Amino acid sequence: MEQQAILIILGMSIVTYIPRALPIIVLSKFKLPDWFLRWLKYIPVAILSALLVPEVVIFEDSVNFSLDNKNLLAAIPSLLVAYKTKNLFVTVSVGIMSMLILNLLLPNY
Amino acid sequence: MISEWRKGAKAAIPIMIGYVPIGLAFGILASQQGLTVGNIFFMSLFVYAGSAQFIAAAMMFSGSQAISIITTTFLVNLRHLLMSASLAPHMKKLSSVIQSLISFGITDETFAVSGNYVQNNKASAGFFGGLHIASHSSWILSTVIGGIFGSKLTETTKWGLDFALSAMFIGLLVPQLKDKRGLLVCICAGLLSLILKSYTGGNYNVIIAAIIAATIGVMAEKWNNKQSLSYSE
Repeated sequence: MEQQAILIILGMSIVTYIPRALPIIVLSKFKLPDWFLRWLKYIPVAILSALLVPEVVIFEDSVNFSLDNKNLLAAIPSLLVAYKTKNLFVTVSVGIMSMLILNLLLPNY
Repeated sequence: MISEWRKGAKAAIPIMIGYVPIGLAFGILASQQGLTVGNIFFMSLFVYAGSAQFIAAAMMFSGSQAISIITTTFLVNLRHLLMSASLAPHMKKLSSVIQSLISFGITDETFAVSGNYVQNNKASAGFFGGLHIASHSSWILSTVIGGIFGSKLTETTKWGLDFALSAMFIGLLVPQLKDKRGLLVCICAGLLSLILKSYTGGNYNVIIAAIIAATIGVMAEKWNNKQSLSYSE
């Protein structure tokens, strides 16, 4: 297990570092076309949304838009607080507290 | 130079604080899934990618093969390619060595700050150094502390910590939605990603959805411009 874990962590480190470094080192040497720069501006929002939505909507391995989906329920106060405060720490805290409360209220799901 | 470092570290404060609950959550879950505190430390030091670490710990626990864990990590973290590309035009003045050091610290969260910062400010090595080192330190420390206490806690999902990552994405995404086109890109990316994930089940959903949604954003610009052009005629 221990040796296996070290191997896995090493492999993960390498495959994570390459996509981080390569574009900066290579692309910064060239002048990029204007449309590509505009395209890149949409990348942060696109990535975050693509990460978030499945995380929240998929509950216990299936797409779930009902009130049984605690992720979805916890997302509502988090979204409101994020919109109001624009504060990362407050948003994360409210998200965790919402889930905590939901788990206390709906322990069977 | 010192003031640039300080500026970067100051910009890292919300990230440092935001990493605490998520790092603790990772450390606790990972230690309950059989990772040692040493494993957690090295993973946070060298891999340094929240969602991939959560996924890897779960896969290690369920006995997945090394190659499939590493491949999954690669796919999950391939999105950094786009972030790195997005920072590249602002890094022209820095040496390749500095660039390769800075790129190590690109995460969803640091990029949410730096990607925004470079639009209006000159990118300096000091700013990135301060931002990345401060953020990374917080990540390592939080995950290790979570790992130390994790094995002593039970039934952590009850604590709501499993929602920390989603809440972080929400906290990073919402302030970036400044106009209709951003909202369009956000909705397209989210829906596409969900559809891809639920039908293919693979790990390509984030990168494919992001590429298509950003392309839709650029196309919407053109469409908008044409419209305003025809109005003015």
